[in-house]
Amino acid sequence: MTHLIILPVVLPALLGPITLLFFRAHPAAQRAMGLGGTAALLALALALWPIATDGPQLYRLGDWPAPFGIVLVLDRLAALMLILTAFLALAVQIYVLGTGWDRKGRHFHALFLFQLMGLNGAFLTGDAFNLFVFFEVLLIASYGLMVHGGGTNRIRAGVQYVTYNLVGSSLFLIGLATVYGMTGTLNMADLGQRIAALPDGDMALTRVAAVLLLLVFAIKGALVPLHLWLPNTYALAPGPVAALFAVMTKVGAYATLRLGSVMLPKGTTELLFGTLLAPAGMLTLIIGALGVLGAKGLARQAAFAAVASMGTVFIGLSALDPAVTAATLYYMIHSTLAGALLFLITDQVQTLRNSDDLTQARPPLPGTLAALFFVAAIATAGMPPLSGFLGKLLILQSLPVWPVWTTILLGSLLLMLGLARSGSLLFWKGYEIAAQPTGQIPPLARFALVALILSLVALTLFAGQIHPALQQIAQDLHDPIAYVQANDLPAMGAKP
Amino acid sequence: MTLALVAALPFLGALMPALFPRLGRGPLTLLTASFTALALILVARDIPAVMSGQAPTYAQDWLPALGLSFTLRLDGLALLFALLILGIGLLILTYARFYLCEKDAFAPFLTYLMLFQGAMLGIVLSDNILLLLIFWELTSLSSFLLIGFWKHLPEGRQGARMALAVTGTGGLAMIAGMLILSQIAGSSQISVILTKTAEIQASPLYLPALILILLGAFTKSAQFPFHFWLPQAMAAPTPVSAYLHSATMVKAGIFLMARLWPVLSGTPEWFWLVAGAGLITMLIGAKVAFFQHDLKGLLAYSTVSHLGLITFLLGLGSKAAAIAAVFHIVNHATFKAALFMAAGIVDHEAGTRDIRRLGGLRRLMPVTFALVLIASLSMAGVPPLNGFLSKEMMLEEAAHVSPWVIGLLATLGAGLSVAYSLRLIAHVFLGPDRADYPHPPHDPGPGLWLPPALLVVLVVLIGLAPMAMTGWIVNASAGAVTGQGGDVHISHWHGLHSPALWMSLAAFGLGLMALSLFPRLLALWEGTPKPQGKRIFAHLIGGSARLSQAITALIHNGAQTRALMIALAVLLAAGTWAFSTAPHLPGTRPPLPSEGLALVGWLVLITASFAILRFHRQRLLALILTSVVGLIVSAAFAYLSAPDLALTQLTVEVVTVLLMMLALNFLPKATPREDPIPRHIRDGAIAALTGLGVGALIYALMTRQMAFPSIAEYHLENAKTLGGGTNVVNVILVDFRGYDTFGEITVMGIAALVIYALIDQLLSPGPANDRLQSLRPHEGDAGDRHPLLFVTVTRALLPLALLTGVFIFLRGHNMPGGGFIAGLVVGIAFLMQYMASGFGWTQSRLRIDHHALIGAGVLIAGLTGAGAWAWGLPFLTSHFGYVTLPPLDKFELATAALFDLGVFLTVLGAVQLAIASIARLGIRSGEGRI
Repeated sequence: MTHLIILPVVLPALLGPITLLFFRAHPAAQRAMGLGGTAALLALALALWPIATDGPQLYRLGDWPAPFGIVLVLDRLAALMLILTAFLALAVQIYVLGTGWDRKGRHFHALFLFQLMGLNGAFLTGDAFNLFVFFEVLLIASYGLMVHGGGTNRIRAGVQYVTYNLVGSSLFLIGLATVYGMTGTLNMADLGQRIAALPDGDMALTRVAAVLLLLVFAIKGALVPLHLWLPNTYALAPGPVAALFAVMTKVGAYATLRLGSVMLPKGTTELLFGTLLAPAGMLTLIIGALGVLGAKGLARQAAFAAVASMGTVFIGLSALDPAVTAATLYYMIHSTLAGALLFLITDQVQTLRNSDDLTQARPPLPGTLAALFFVAAIATAGMPPLSGFLGKLLILQSLPVWPVWTTILLGSLLLMLGLARSGSLLFWKGYEIAAQPTGQIPPLARFALVALILSLVALTLFAGQIHPALQQIAQDLHDPIAYVQANDLPAMGAKP
Repeated sequence: MTLALVAALPFLGALMPALFPRLGRGPLTLLTASFTALALILVARDIPAVMSGQAPTYAQDWLPALGLSFTLRLDGLALLFALLILGIGLLILTYARFYLCEKDAFAPFLTYLMLFQGAMLGIVLSDNILLLLIFWELTSLSSFLLIGFWKHLPEGRQGARMALAVTGTGGLAMIAGMLILSQIAGSSQISVILTKTAEIQASPLYLPALILILLGAFTKSAQFPFHFWLPQAMAAPTPVSAYLHSATMVKAGIFLMARLWPVLSGTPEWFWLVAGAGLITMLIGAKVAFFQHDLKGLLAYSTVSHLGLITFLLGLGSKAAAIAAVFHIVNHATFKAALFMAAGIVDHEAGTRDIRRLGGLRRLMPVTFALVLIASLSMAGVPPLNGFLSKEMMLEEAAHVSPWVIGLLATLGAGLSVAYSLRLIAHVFLGPDRADYPHPPHDPGPGLWLPPALLVVLVVLIGLAPMAMTGWIVNASAGAVTGQGGDVHISHWHGLHSPALWMSLAAFGLGLMALSLFPRLLALWEGTPKPQGKRIFAHLIGGSARLSQAITALIHNGAQTRALMIALAVLLAAGTWAFSTAPHLPGTRPPLPSEGLALVGWLVLITASFAILRFHRQRLLALILTSVVGLIVSAAFAYLSAPDLALTQLTVEVVTVLLMMLALNFLPKATPREDPIPRHIRDGAIAALTGLGVGALIYALMTRQMAFPSIAEYHLENAKTLGGGTNVVNVILVDFRGYDTFGEITVMGIAALVIYALIDQLLSPGPANDRLQSLRPHEGDAGDRHPLLFVTVTRALLPLALLTGVFIFLRGHNMPGGGFIAGLVVGIAFLMQYMASGFGWTQSRLRIDHHALIGAGVLIAGLTGAGAWAWGLPFLTSHFGYVTLPPLDKFELATAALFDLGVFLTVLGAVQLAIASIARLGIRSGEGRI
């Protein structure tokens, strides 16, 4: 048992208070904490990957055995999510330093670190109630980040965001109370074993609990019709915060995966995912894509693109087939990075143009930004040659069902049309007004944008190396025996 | 390896303009074109190998799971296209250098052009169907950039988007078709797929795959009914039209049909779909071309028509037709690219492309005239030029298919082709000189005329010596299409018994007649209503954008109540479904007897809840009623033997109610009525059902036994022995599940930070700040803001409350209490000071910064947890021991207590920071002024 496993949670949990305690009046030091902490988290996450490839690793908090205490389980999936989060956070952090977003309100860096603590905690935990706790951490920190910088509209959207998600939290608690009331345990692996062994007469209530949890994760993952909180939140959040949020919806997807693979027995999962997730995922993709086509502002367009990408993810998750899961994971990595890229570019457009409105032309924007947008749009729409295309092809190929094909291809078309429309208005039409573009992207911000693009390029070029690892993860999820064994649970019903 | 280099060279060339931004146009063109030239040389080196029947390949794995690999293969067909792409590419680069004017952004143009070149080359070299798809879509994207190159022109922007929409849609359909094809064939390797004709044509999925693939090919090659985008794409600079939209990109669809010809052709479906679309396109394109006034428009529609011709030939499915198709690809590329470049010259030098404003240019622009004359005659199919040869081959094939009407229609198409070709010569170059050209026309410099001249030389040479010039390549590529080569024979004279001869003659007669009747035909044409693909498409796109806008606005109207209503409705529906589709046995656990006291509490709870419903618009009253509910819940906890929970609930209740009261001070006192009554009823029903559902769920849980022993049993047994405390709840909080507590105190701390940051925003200049400053206290409601009695009592209570806090903290591990409750109690003590003595008074007497309290609290808790690492134990592992310090009794020291101190500080800090933030609002609103 290596203490490295807990560090992704403890490190930001300590750096955050240190920032509060010692550097309240030292903006430069706050930046150092934010940047240094995020970079350290990336190094940590990368160091954890080889550990995870040795099989799931258990970390017993307080040295209490599972299921009586809380455990962390580091498996490949958790490590992957840690890496993705830390990389994204680092890019966002650099962008923030480049644009000075952190100076527009109080406590940005402390909140940023706490947000990362919440995300990492959620990815690492092997305990259902602890997952709830970290959902709370990331919810409240994200609320703080969302309203960072203020403004009437943003604060109003913030209230809606936090209210809606608190309803989700209440459902989470009720769901947890129900599974605990049925099984007497909270450890995820233990839950899976006990639920599988429940008598027939308990099936109805168990299924209610499963539905409750699924709905909670669907809220986090913005699954239609539980997505209504997302468009305003993402569109009105500060650009870099919205970019960081690209990984927040993935927490919902991640939790859904854990629910489906570890906590619920196969039969229940198949019924639930097939009946609820599959159609809802398709609806999500279409509603998101329509939103992209109809958006009147770039920020909203980016937000709806995020909804659409979650549609694709949930379609993939609903299939419960290792090949599809691997494809979905690949697409999920892609859509996180691409979504963040689009939000950061949106922020640049808003800054340089003083508006993100898509109904009127304004003087032209710099060519660099146009080029970056072009790449981001290709990535978002899932066009070749970037990873989005490979991800979609993987999903299509492993899920040869005509409704899925139609939905995904139609979705791509709508996204493409919508993004071509806004790109043409933002970057071309302005030349009717003025011959020369004005303004430029701050160097650090440009660095962050290029880094994100390069990550997409790497994801594309090294698809052949990355995909087998994802197949392994999907296989582990499909047959979670190693995960369960790592928990070292006592024989059912026996006393330790 | 060479092949990989060939494929990479154009992309590397695309980087040059960005890498050498200071280079002048000439050197930059030279540098960039050298990449194309090198690629051309490398391809040419492989000609002998290809001719001898080999196919150089290159393979590199990419994503094996998908069947995607970077596999390139240079067979005859690929060779033909590669030579066209690179050869014409070189000419176009030269031409573009002189065509674009100074104010055009030349560097990006070169980059786009080279990107396109790379993508197009990729299509023809790919031996992997998915790799081909990638390059396919890349051509759509680069073409989008090139058509929209003149950003300030609305036609350019619209043309670009339309081209992308049409070819992109086709591309998406093709993705599906290709995936089906590769699944039938069991491989995505094209050379493997091509060997599976029987399997593919026998598959029930053959027809869907065929249709989907043809959608891609037809959209790309502008076949009816998707042909309308190509004329719109003519808004692009002329080098682009010459390169993409006549010689190369639009031939990608044709290339694909040729590539897959061995496995897809030969069925009736193929014949009717492909030959049918080709024939219709050929006729419609030729007819519309004849009536165009825009020079480029005429060429665009004639391109549509000729693409139709090639498609028609491929659709026929015979070997001879395939040979004719391949040959016509070469011929069309030569004369049409030359014509486009010449049209660009006319536009460039005469200042207009409108045929009605031109005429008589033969004397003013003799070189251009010569070029156009030869190329047009070839397009018209006049012997001995190369266009004649392939047209004859086409007519010959058309004559041999049934029904006979096909031959007739093909002749008609050829006739129209003659008509517009002659019109091009006659109306632009012949006739009298005019005085009203926008520019005085003259021949351009060699930079502009030399590239088309080279192509025209080819037109003549191929025409004169077809076998020597092109026999080898046509043979090789037709061989690649049909699978057997070696018997290509092209000649001018097939004898008097050849139907093609008579059809040709008929076509010439038809063409001449049409030209002589042009004014009358034009009047007729202008009098007939025409379905405008462009307009229909624009309506379709505009309409779907508006529709999505409407749908989006309808779904996302921003109303929070509706969003929550939907969430609860979904919950209800899903929950009911889940419950009713699985077996359920009611619980067997006997209920506890209901006592009088509990019943009273229950009644109070219900009454208070209904009262909230009734009075929720009066906010203060609603708050007090809410606190009644909270109190009853606390009492219920105490009644059900959970004193810790009761204490926590009670203190939390007090703190939140007090904080909300303070906050309410700055808010309106009543909630306005917003929703109409029917909506109230609907929302009420959903809320009530949800509440009842949750109630039923809890009832079901409480009336049953768990199937397994709960983990709580372990906690009860081991709290004292392993956790060192007799208060199991506290041991759970700080030890068994201390990690949860660590998370939760962080949540509290963050919440306080967020409150602080939010209030900070409100206090910065803005509407909220203005409102605050104009806020006046409700003097009528409270005569005395700080009643003396209240002030005195609370100040006296402060030390007492602090002591209570310490007491509760210390006894926590064994008796009800602990850091969390203690923090709240102390917090309440301070809260009371704020309420009694005022924000300013209290604030000025608090020396410790609340941020620091939170920071210190989380830090202490975290470091206590991390301390365990020193002993090699996991985070938050506790340790306890007993010490005796005379004169005190033996007492227990536990690291858990240190952790609990962190909890205490964080909770206290959070409560304090929240109050202090509200206090800042109070001070800003002028509390101190009164």
